[in-house]
Amino acid sequence: MRGGVYLAVAGGAFRRYSTYRAATFAGLVTNTVFGAILASTMLALWHARPGLGGYDAAQAVTYIWISQALLVTVAVWGGGFQDDLQARFRSGDIAIDLYRPVDFQGWWLATDLGRAAYQLLSRGALPMLAGALMFDLALPADPLVWAEFLLAAAFAVLVSFALRFLVTLTGFWLHESEGVRAAMTVVSMFFSGMLLPLALFPGALGELARVLPFSAMVQLPTDVLLRRRTGTGLLGLYAFQLAWAAALLALGRVGQALAVRRVVVQGG
Amino acid sequence: MAEHPGPPGPFAPERTGLLARAGWAARCWWLISGMWVRSMLTYRASFALSLAANVLVTFLDFAVLLLMFSHTHRLAGWTLPETAFLYGTSSVALGAANVLVGSVGGLGERVRAGSLDTMLIRPAPALAQLAAERFSLRRIGRVLQAGAVLAWSLTALDVHWTWDRVLMVPALLLCGTLIFCALFVGCSCVQFWWGEAAEMQNAVTYGGGTILQYPPTVFARELVAGTVFGIPLAFVNWLPALHVLDRPDPLGLPAGFRFAAPLAAALCLLAAGLAWRAGLRAYRSTGS
Repeated sequence: MRGGVYLAVAGGAFRRYSTYRAATFAGLVTNTVFGAILASTMLALWHARPGLGGYDAAQAVTYIWISQALLVTVAVWGGGFQDDLQARFRSGDIAIDLYRPVDFQGWWLATDLGRAAYQLLSRGALPMLAGALMFDLALPADPLVWAEFLLAAAFAVLVSFALRFLVTLTGFWLHESEGVRAAMTVVSMFFSGMLLPLALFPGALGELARVLPFSAMVQLPTDVLLRRRTGTGLLGLYAFQLAWAAALLALGRVGQALAVRRVVVQGG
Repeated sequence: MAEHPGPPGPFAPERTGLLARAGWAARCWWLISGMWVRSMLTYRASFALSLAANVLVTFLDFAVLLLMFSHTHRLAGWTLPETAFLYGTSSVALGAANVLVGSVGGLGERVRAGSLDTMLIRPAPALAQLAAERFSLRRIGRVLQAGAVLAWSLTALDVHWTWDRVLMVPALLLCGTLIFCALFVGCSCVQFWWGEAAEMQNAVTYGGGTILQYPPTVFARELVAGTVFGIPLAFVNWLPALHVLDRPDPLGLPAGFRFAAPLAAALCLLAAGLAWRAGLRAYRSTGS
């Protein structure tokens, strides 16, 4: 019963995003343009330093296209359900959400998973196809690796959702969480591996980046697709992602329980 | 400003002449953005945090450059100070244009909701209203950050500064800002026909800004040629920088191109103005 509700919510979110066709097309053009720019800069860097970070030039270029595919899917910039929820804080509709017979966190997680599935198919797959036409990519032929990647990407969405949920919860206290959200964007862009592979981060900065939850969002799924982690290493990778997801989702539950007690409804 | 006393209202006199109309538009922009600034300062903590985050998030592009140069001394033949010069000039121009007219990207939302009508019946130019809509003071974060990088690059560059090179820098920033303003307005006009295409504008403006942060030699020749003859981005900083940094042109263009930025800016503004007028004429209200 319960699962059916969430599935319906996720399906609704998938269909909702798929109706914005012009926006999807414009967005995938943007992803393709940025992918081409960043891939060119990577080629220039790897031309000067072949084999940097353990990647060859083709893998470095592939890294860029995978991370572009994940950018919107995983919502590294923030967004997705966050925009809807923030609008509901402003309008006061948040009060209705809290009295629904469905779990608040579960409801929004379901919408975000539906959104992510659509974004992966549109703004993930299509720019990567364009990238494969423009550059030599080092993508695996084995369908099993792709399945492993999809699982890692799904866990990446879980971690990202849990983080964005926490940021949005601050709206209960701050009334306006735009600033916290902007700050989170900075941190997650940098530490997720979205800008550069974490292997290129020097010393302690690299160590720090690897243990933070953000690496679960971009760096780890690309590691799976580029076959940098296989076998037991792969299990460790999933465990890392799931551990952070569980911890952050639990923290979100606690925050939610505290927030409900002191909810201030704005507007009316 | 002095020739337009009194509040903007239905009794504002009919304005003729390009200069008077531009002055009136600038005054409307100033009043509306001032209003948005005051409203945003209500949430002071949130504003301070988002300004700081804006400086940081724009600094991330540069942090990536620094990380890249921590692994190599030259990127496609260019040194760090030279690349920082490109980065600073591109980002200052893009950031300034974003402060001035960046909000026009919201046009599509207004077209979809039909709320552009309320702007059209007000006695202020619709473009000025739209550009100042939800004016975001935190956008100056990018200008501040890029200005700092540019200032550093000017001290670190190994350039023989002659008067023409010195003059070239402010001229480049001015023309670059105008070209990006024209791109913001021109690309947003697509939304008159295609209301959801706001992201297309990002590909040209932010994508263009990112291209110009790197040496032209990083990219394929076709792309470089496209930024000269297609979307005239190369006039923002690549071509003038070749003169300032005394570098050969990877495309082998005549030297005159390095000084043609004002002409390119004028043509861009003209094209954006025509696109805006064509868009307004094609606009049909949703009636809601």
